[in-house]
Amino acid sequence: MRKKGYFRNIADTCWTIFDGMAVTMSHVFRKPVTVQYPDRMPVRVQDQLPFRYRGILEVDLEICTGCLACERACPIDCIVIEAKKDMKTKEMILSRFDIDMAKCMYCGLCSEPCPTGSIHHTPEFEGADFSLESLVRRFVKDPVVAYKVKKGDQPETDPETAMLLERGLRYVNEFASGGEAE
Amino acid sequence: MQDFLDSLIAGGSFAGIPRDLVYAGGMLVFGLIVVFGFVLNVSGATTFVERRVWGRMHNRVGPNRVGPQGILQWLVDGIKLLMKEDIVPADADPPLFKLAPYVVIMGFVAAFVAVPFSSALIVADLDVGLLFITSVTALVVVGILMAGWSSNNKWSLIGGIRSAAQIVSYEIPAGISLLPIVMIAGTLSTQGIISQQGWAPWTWFLFYNPFTFVGFFVFFTAALAEGNRTPFDLPEAESELVAGFVTEYSGVRYLMFFMAEWGNLYIIGALVTLMFLGGWQVPHFTDVAVVQNAAQFLCFFLKAYGWVLIAMWVRATLPRVRVDQLMSICWKFLVPIAFVNLIGTAVWMVLFPEGLWPVRILLFALGTAVILYFCGRVIFHLRRAQVRQRGLFTANPLS
Repeated sequence: MRKKGYFRNIADTCWTIFDGMAVTMSHVFRKPVTVQYPDRMPVRVQDQLPFRYRGILEVDLEICTGCLACERACPIDCIVIEAKKDMKTKEMILSRFDIDMAKCMYCGLCSEPCPTGSIHHTPEFEGADFSLESLVRRFVKDPVVAYKVKKGDQPETDPETAMLLERGLRYVNEFASGGEAE
Repeated sequence: MQDFLDSLIAGGSFAGIPRDLVYAGGMLVFGLIVVFGFVLNVSGATTFVERRVWGRMHNRVGPNRVGPQGILQWLVDGIKLLMKEDIVPADADPPLFKLAPYVVIMGFVAAFVAVPFSSALIVADLDVGLLFITSVTALVVVGILMAGWSSNNKWSLIGGIRSAAQIVSYEIPAGISLLPIVMIAGTLSTQGIISQQGWAPWTWFLFYNPFTFVGFFVFFTAALAEGNRTPFDLPEAESELVAGFVTEYSGVRYLMFFMAEWGNLYIIGALVTLMFLGGWQVPHFTDVAVVQNAAQFLCFFLKAYGWVLIAMWVRATLPRVRVDQLMSICWKFLVPIAFVNLIGTAVWMVLFPEGLWPVRILLFALGTAVILYFCGRVIFHLRRAQVRQRGLFTANPLS
């Protein structure tokens, strides 16, 4: 390092402090970059997040086939499903579909094998609550009949279910194809 | 103050009470008004102002939730600290540990005895005002050393020792920078020094001669170091010493240390104002003493608080210096410059006993030019930042 003279040193000090102060003063006239979460935002954070954001899990029971793929995929067993086949009508009856969000680690493995995209992540991430029990999401109140995939290329007739199915499949496709670089 | 009490005594308000006792009582009452009505509020409010100012300098917002724009934040913080448990570490030295914050805050509050607010508002216009202020603020170092030693914590001890070394060293350039002003004014009394300056900037001692102009910056730097402010806040350097001498403190004792630190900023500002910047001098515009005094108070407060803001601004700008750099700044630079100022002013006073008006005007013009050039640099940096920001989105730095 070059050795500076005594007076040169003083001059350098004065100039750098002077200019440094100018830099900080110029920051006073800039807009703060802070995002004032949660209440002073024009659009909620949840609405700004991408489609594939892994927030709290959600199940569209209308299109759940009761195949238990998600339950098997879950590495920490936070999904519990009870499904029985009704021998007379050959339909799956779902009597329980619980997801323990306290255990869930948001890995997304459950939503990948889902055939209809029924189980999926939402952009919702505010899950704070006062008790662990309330973090268990129970989707089945009364036993319901599981969705049955139509044979062949038959389109879904019920418009509401069709909408859910379309959205779910889009989700599955994005999840399966977007992540891997194959 | 004394005149006011004299008039009360003459009016028979305190019949049968010894005069000295009345004086002492009056001093206590006025002191309490100053402490609770002004000192504590100013140092409290300074914490809020400081956080907001830094916030903007860091492109943040700062606390803005409590009250409109967060102006009640400092009250909430104070109440929170008051309600917290006052922990004394098991291996600490309890009497010293408990006493230390009081010594610190005493040294800081006592300085307000000689700090004027206006021509009539001063607790006591001591003949040794400046000497008194510099000596009682040196009491702070005793408290800090006590805190560092009694905490029985190596970080506290290192912080305390550093603070002692720092304050003792920087007392010298600060003290010597006071001397030119004392020589020019011929008095140590704070009111006496102010009354020798006028309201116009070129009559301030700052522009008296080139040596006082330099001495002003020397004094401000040394005062910052004495107040343990960044870039000289080594005694409580968070990255090295946890929190220095306040590491083991909590609750109200912690509050006292910081009350003293933030309040000390105002004392630095007040000292700078009264010595170099004309103090409370305003043009005489009315014969109503109350109005005139209120204007003087406002003038003094704004000037002093302006320097508090500048101290915050320095803190947002400059990084902390190393211990060896701290000492070399003091002994190799500030002390010699302060001595040159002292001798230069002495020679100046022999050569030009009445002062030199052209030099004053010239220095005033220089000061104005520096401020204007500074504004220019601010605009330059603002523009450059805008250009850079645009470049960030158009050009890929990796390609």
